[in-house]
Amino acid sequence: MIRFENVGKDFRKNRVLDSVHLAVELGERIALIGSNGAGKTTLIRCLLGEYTHQGTVTIDGKEPRSERTQVLGKVGFVPQLPPPLKMPVGQLVSFAAAVCRTDAGRIHAVARRLGLDVEPILARPFNRLSGGMKQKLLIAIALGRDAQVLVMDEPAANLDPEARHIFFALLAERLEKTTMIISSHRLDEVAPLVNRVVEMDMGKIVLDDRVAEESKLSALFQVRLTLARADVAIARTLVAWQFADRADGIEWHGQVSGPDRLRFIGMVSRYVGLLSRIEMKEVDPAVVLQ
Amino acid sequence: MNSLLLTARLDIVESLRARWFMLYSLVFGGIVALLFAFGLTESRVLGFIGLSRLLVTYIQLTMAILPVFVLITTVRSVAGDREAGVFEYLLSLPVSLSAWFWGKIIGRYVTIFLPVFVAMFGAVLWAMFKAIEVPWAMFFYYTGLLAAMAWCFLGIGMLISTLARSTDVAQGAAFMVWLSMLLFLDLILLGVMIQGRVAPEVAVAIALLNPLQVFRTASLAMFDPQLIVLGPSAYVILDLFGSAGYRVYALLYPVAIGSLAALTGYLTFRRSDLP
Repeated sequence: MIRFENVGKDFRKNRVLDSVHLAVELGERIALIGSNGAGKTTLIRCLLGEYTHQGTVTIDGKEPRSERTQVLGKVGFVPQLPPPLKMPVGQLVSFAAAVCRTDAGRIHAVARRLGLDVEPILARPFNRLSGGMKQKLLIAIALGRDAQVLVMDEPAANLDPEARHIFFALLAERLEKTTMIISSHRLDEVAPLVNRVVEMDMGKIVLDDRVAEESKLSALFQVRLTLARADVAIARTLVAWQFADRADGIEWHGQVSGPDRLRFIGMVSRYVGLLSRIEMKEVDPAVVLQ
Repeated sequence: MNSLLLTARLDIVESLRARWFMLYSLVFGGIVALLFAFGLTESRVLGFIGLSRLLVTYIQLTMAILPVFVLITTVRSVAGDREAGVFEYLLSLPVSLSAWFWGKIIGRYVTIFLPVFVAMFGAVLWAMFKAIEVPWAMFFYYTGLLAAMAWCFLGIGMLISTLARSTDVAQGAAFMVWLSMLLFLDLILLGVMIQGRVAPEVAVAIALLNPLQVFRTASLAMFDPQLIVLGPSAYVILDLFGSAGYRVYALLYPVAIGSLAALTGYLTFRRSDLP
């Protein structure tokens, strides 16, 4: 579906992409990882037809640069940093809906599922929204249409745990008919979301590997934590994960999305000396989220 | 609505919320208000009194301010948007590059021309309300002149924004372009001619190629058809174009310059990296 063939890119004398070959099929979910300057953003911009380059990039045999409207009509993009747009939210949504030939109502519906009610903020300038609201709106614009390719740069970075879970569930609904490329600095942020990992370094692909899929994207875990003693630092972190204190800071209950397990365990490992007991049990998300 | 009009509308909405637009509108609205407040309609210069006196002063002031304003605000916002990631996001949407570029120019043109025109039209409405005679021929010609000037410098601004990769470079280049045009206004050229370094024909040709000078001369031609204030160079201009011919040239030439610059900008934009 997506083909990068001998793709190269130079910025003055710096070679930022060097003979990249990559083939991505429908339904694949790729984690594009690498340190700063590895070439991830450049590769994404070539895929979006925003950069001129050597070699060829095609989506379903069409070049994103020369056949922009047909190709980009199938691609949903979520940037890492929201653009500082001054236009009202309603204007942005209606512009995106019109050029993507979708219904603004679909974008509103996705935003609502992510916990963002668009109606009351239609007249508010986009740049005045909070970081989380901006991210939810950009995700809603990308998912509120029939995109066959989703390109996302740290898409869940600004989302609260509940919105992250719904975002993962939204992605899960599209697994069969959508190709996803998720860019991140860290594999643990995106590993549970993907079934293939592509690592870049110095403009080259240095690793291309498969990931075992045991858990569903929409999975949800009931978590119970018991601490040896109450502690302010872990309490603050658990509250941020929307955990409830059940016994004077000793007993904590909450839910963690399947794809967030690794992040959660990584967080908890920082306080391992305080942990007496941890229990994770998969539950039915439809029942729990009601 | 097609992508061109959608992009134009988007740019207008974005500009209306920008600080530069508020300042820009305030400056031109303020000029007209101040000219009325200082009783310019009652003063007399070269036999001109009433609204024609105000329009002559307004067009002279606009000619000094508008080019640099249009150049700097265009390059700042276009190059600034690119640096801030606005292009990266909006150009990931399925909009053709031609619709994006020309839509942006149309939107920007509306936002830079409208305040200048509205200020002048406001002066006309006020004159009508105060029963001051309105010189309609002058009003329509000056409207055309302002429209041509706005288009000319917008085109140049878009070209600079496309060529320069950062806001600082774009802003510096825009300022240099404006300064060069300013340096080649007639007084400096006359000085050069007096020193005998340049043939008079070359100096007049440079003046006729400089959009700033073309506007200046055209606005003078409205109240001084023989261009007496220009001295001997007036003979060359009037021999070459005639009085009416020069006024037409002053409208068409800047439009051609602006269009050429915008077209070059578009062709460069199509072939270069977008964000």
